[in-house]
Amino acid sequence: MAKTTRRGFLKVAGAAAIGLGARPVLDAIASRVPQAVPVPPAPALTARRWAMVVDTRRCLRERGCRECVAACHSKHNVPDFGNPKDEVKWIWKEDFEHAFPDEGHEFQAAELRGQDMLLLCNHCDSPPCVRVCPTQATWRRESDGLVMMDMHRCIGCRYCMAACPYGSRSFNWRDPRTHIARIDETYPTRTRGVVEKCTFCEERLSRGLMPACVEACPARAMAFGDLEDAGSEVRVLLASHVSIRRRQGLGTQPEVYYLV
Amino acid sequence: MYDAKYIVPGLALFLGIVTLPLWYNPLAGRTDQPPVLEYPEGQCVVAKPLMKGQHMQILNAWRNEVVREDSRYYVHPDGTTREKSLTGTCLGCHEDKAEFCDRCHDYAGVKPYCFDCHIVPEGK
Repeated sequence: MAKTTRRGFLKVAGAAAIGLGARPVLDAIASRVPQAVPVPPAPALTARRWAMVVDTRRCLRERGCRECVAACHSKHNVPDFGNPKDEVKWIWKEDFEHAFPDEGHEFQAAELRGQDMLLLCNHCDSPPCVRVCPTQATWRRESDGLVMMDMHRCIGCRYCMAACPYGSRSFNWRDPRTHIARIDETYPTRTRGVVEKCTFCEERLSRGLMPACVEACPARAMAFGDLEDAGSEVRVLLASHVSIRRRQGLGTQPEVYYLV
Repeated sequence: MYDAKYIVPGLALFLGIVTLPLWYNPLAGRTDQPPVLEYPEGQCVVAKPLMKGQHMQILNAWRNEVVREDSRYYVHPDGTTREKSLTGTCLGCHEDKAEFCDRCHDYAGVKPYCFDCHIVPEGK
């Protein structure tokens, strides 16, 4: 048997020490939460910048229609407290003068004066709500421009509500569960003390479905698509019609366009 | 020792009070055991012991991935794809929330607020 030298012994001891040290590392790797792969079974609808075009002429033809509001609010378990103080809304109607305070004038065309405009979160390119959120509970998704909400992170400070110039955000002053007519089990409710708003139906887009309001509209007054795709319906509509946006002068770059 | 007649009983009383949590329940005849759960057939999303200890971290990771990274599906080591969903995937197998979730949470004295918002499907 070969004589063990000090040098040889240290080599073996060193290798053994490395071997012992490897075990916890391997264990840590093995016990990690398995990572997801980005291949969903249902093909999602994707875009580089989602936008909506509301054709107000088509919308106004169905006077008093609230199909889109009903569809959205029932799909997303939006409560109805029956009073404007506690009101929670994702999509709603407001008369032209209040929806577009910069646009109206004394001699406004009669078909717009006092008429209901369809309003929802504008999913701004430069969203002021995101700038003020202290917890990043609301953020602009870089991949497609949606202004997202993470209810888990919202602390209910309502800075975003103060920042949003469109009134698109609602605070849950009371427990919403008690005022939902029929709870849709596939979508969570919110809890008291968080802010909520329209999400352009990101949960439906990921399942390959169009937003609930777009689908529900009997007049097909809403178009939804990718603003970066020159052939998309929204781009074609915007290229061939006169369109306005709400409070454009504020520089928020809203992504909901209105054909008038 | 000076004043041993005060110090020794005093120390004994002190030790008795400090160790109260250790002997109170057995003396009161209460021998609570952790609930024994019934596990459904089939494979859980990760191995059972890991799930037992770390389901909260896993659910927390899932919720962040779904909400913030739009990553909604998870591929199980056996090759199947599952949705990262508490009410869909987890409660899909563990059908009785009261039996499976609540008993342990009550025993451990934790009050997770998942179900303040997420909806337990009818009859689960």
